[in-house]
Amino acid sequence: MAKKATGGLAAIFHDEKQILQAATRCREMGLSKFDAVTPYPVHGMEEAIGIKRSAIPYVTFVGALIGCSVGLFITVWCSAVSWPINIGGKPMISLPAFIPIMFELTILFAALSSVAAFAWLCRLPKMDPVVIDPDLTSHKFAIFVPEHDTGYDSGKLEQVFKDLGAAEVKRMAEY
Amino acid sequence: MIKRNKLILGHKDLKSITDDICQPVETPPGKGWLTLFLGAKTLLIFYIIILGCVIAKGMGLLGVNHPVAWGTMIITFVFWIGIGHAGTLISAILFLFRQKWRTSVARTAEAMTVFAVMTAGLFPLLHTGRPWLDFWLFPYPNQRGPLWVNFRSPLLWDVFAVSTYATVSIVFWYIGMVPDFATLKDRAKNQIRRKIYGALSLGWRGSARNWSHYEMLYLLLAGLSTPLVLSVHTIVSFDFAVAQLPGWHTTIFPPYFVAGAIFSGFAMVVTLMTLVRIGFPQFKDYITIDHMEVMNKIIMTTGMMVGYAYASEFFVAWYSGNIYERYVFFVSRAFGPYAWSYWIMICCNVLIPQVFWFKKMRRSIPVMFVVSIFVNIGMWFERYVITVTSLHRDFLPSSWGNYAWSFFDGAVLFGSFGLFLTLFLLYLRVMPAVSIAEVKPVLPVGRDDGHGGH
Repeated sequence: MAKKATGGLAAIFHDEKQILQAATRCREMGLSKFDAVTPYPVHGMEEAIGIKRSAIPYVTFVGALIGCSVGLFITVWCSAVSWPINIGGKPMISLPAFIPIMFELTILFAALSSVAAFAWLCRLPKMDPVVIDPDLTSHKFAIFVPEHDTGYDSGKLEQVFKDLGAAEVKRMAEY
Repeated sequence: MIKRNKLILGHKDLKSITDDICQPVETPPGKGWLTLFLGAKTLLIFYIIILGCVIAKGMGLLGVNHPVAWGTMIITFVFWIGIGHAGTLISAILFLFRQKWRTSVARTAEAMTVFAVMTAGLFPLLHTGRPWLDFWLFPYPNQRGPLWVNFRSPLLWDVFAVSTYATVSIVFWYIGMVPDFATLKDRAKNQIRRKIYGALSLGWRGSARNWSHYEMLYLLLAGLSTPLVLSVHTIVSFDFAVAQLPGWHTTIFPPYFVAGAIFSGFAMVVTLMTLVRIGFPQFKDYITIDHMEVMNKIIMTTGMMVGYAYASEFFVAWYSGNIYERYVFFVSRAFGPYAWSYWIMICCNVLIPQVFWFKKMRRSIPVMFVVSIFVNIGMWFERYVITVTSLHRDFLPSSWGNYAWSFFDGAVLFGSFGLFLTLFLLYLRVMPAVSIAEVKPVLPVGRDDGHGGH
C-alpha cells in the first residue's frame, strides 16, 4: 500500500480546545481523511476525528500465544526429544520447571510484536518526512486536510479554519 | 473535596516546558557536570582494567572459594537488578494505576533501569569464569549432540528473565522517547543534530492517528512490563530459594526480593533525583518536593515490608523445628562471624527509613539524600547477608570457612558505579530527562482555571 504523498490544506492553532473544535467541524463537513498533528495526545481527539480503536492488541495477543507455544516447544523438545537427560530423577517433561521460560518468551514475543505492529500501522520509520511547522512537536496544533478528501474545498475550508481562530492556514504541496 | 497539588510548579505554558526540558541537551555542559563526568569516567576506566584482570587471570582474584562459592559478583548482580525494578515500577505499574505524578520522574527512572540492568548483566557473565564461552547459556543448535541447556535450572531461567527484562525495558524506554526525539529534531539548529535526532525519532510527526496507536502501544508495554518486572526478581530469588541450603530455602523469597528490589530502587531514584535537581535547577518545577515525598513514603513502606520479611524468616526457622534452620538464623546469621553485616542491614533498611514518619523529614532534601544512601548500603548488605552467611557454615562443621574478601572484590563493586554513573551522566546530556509529551497533558492538574485534571 505505497501511498504517494498528497498535498492539501493545513491550519495551525495555538490552543488545544480550538483544534478539537476544528476537528469536530471537519468531520461534520463530511471530511474523513483529515488528520490532526499535535505535540501530545489530545484528550477526545479520537472521538472528534472518528478514529477507531487501535488494532495493536490483537497482534499482541497473537504474539503472546506464539511466544508461549515457542517456549513450550523448545523446552519440551530439547529436554525430552532431542537429547533426553535424566536430571535429578525429574520427569523428562517437567512442566512446572518450564513455566518461567514460557512466561518470559510470552512477554518477549508479545512486546516485540506489538512494537512491530505499531511501526507498520504508523508507517515508521519514515525518512525525513515533510513537517507542516516545526513547532507542532512543541506548542502548536494543526489540522491537515488532504486534497483528495471527499468534499475538499480549499476556499471554504480556509474560511472555516479562520473563523475557528486558526493562527495560520497553509497550502502544502505534499505531506 | 481534597485539593490537588500542582504537578508542575511555576507559570508554565507548552513552549516553556519544551524549552526547559530541552535546555540540558542543547547547551554545552557546565563545570559541575564535567567534574562528575570526569570522576565517573575515571572510575569506569579503573573498572575496565579490573575486569580485564579478572578475565585474564581468572575468578581466583576474587574471594570466592569453598565453601563461599558465591560472592561479590552475585551479590552485586542482585543489587543492581534490584535497583532497576523501581524504574519499571514507576514507568509501568504506576502508569496502569493512573498515578499522574509519575510522568515527570518516569523517563529518568526508566533510564536508571536500563543502565542498572546493563551494569548487573555483566556480573553473572563474568562469574561463569570463562566469559568468552557465555553463548553456551543460550539454547542454540550445536555439534555436540546437540547438547542443550538445562531448562530445569533456575540459573537458566535467570538468563531468560534478565535478557527479556533488558530487551523490553530498552524498547519501552525508547518508544517513550520517540515523540521527544521528534521535538529535539524540530528544534535543531544544526544539520548533524537534526540528522541524529531525526533518525532516532523514526520520522515521528505526531498525527492523531499515530498518537492513537502510540497510546495503545504504551499501555500494552506497561501491561506487559508489570508482570515481567515481578517475574524477574522472583526468578532471581529462585536462584537461592530452589537450593536446599538453610537460609536460602524459603518460600518467602519471591515477594521478599521484589519488595526489597522496589525499596532499593526507589532509594536510588531519590539519590539520583536529588542530584538532578541540583544539577539542572529548572527541573525543580517538574520533579517537585511532592514527588520526592511520595517516593519517600514508598521507601518507608517497602522498608517495613522488608523488615517484616526479616522477622518472618526468623519465626519460620524457629517454627519449623529444624535444627539447621534454627542454627543458621539464630546463631550464625544474627550472632556469628558475620553478625556485623546483619546488623548493618537491619539499621540501614529497617531503622533509618523510620525517620520518614515525620513530614518534615520526608520533605527535606538533605535528609532524604542521606537516608537513600543508607538504604542503598543496607540493600547491598542484605544480599551479602543472604549469600555469604548462608554459605559459610553448612551442614558439616569440618567444611566451614569464611569469605576471603580481596582487593578485587571491592574493586568490582566500586567500579560498577563508574559504569552506571558514566551512562547516566551521558544520558542526562543527550536525551530529554523528563518526558516532554507526557508532562504537557498533566499541566492543568491542580490549577484553578476550570479544566484542571480529569
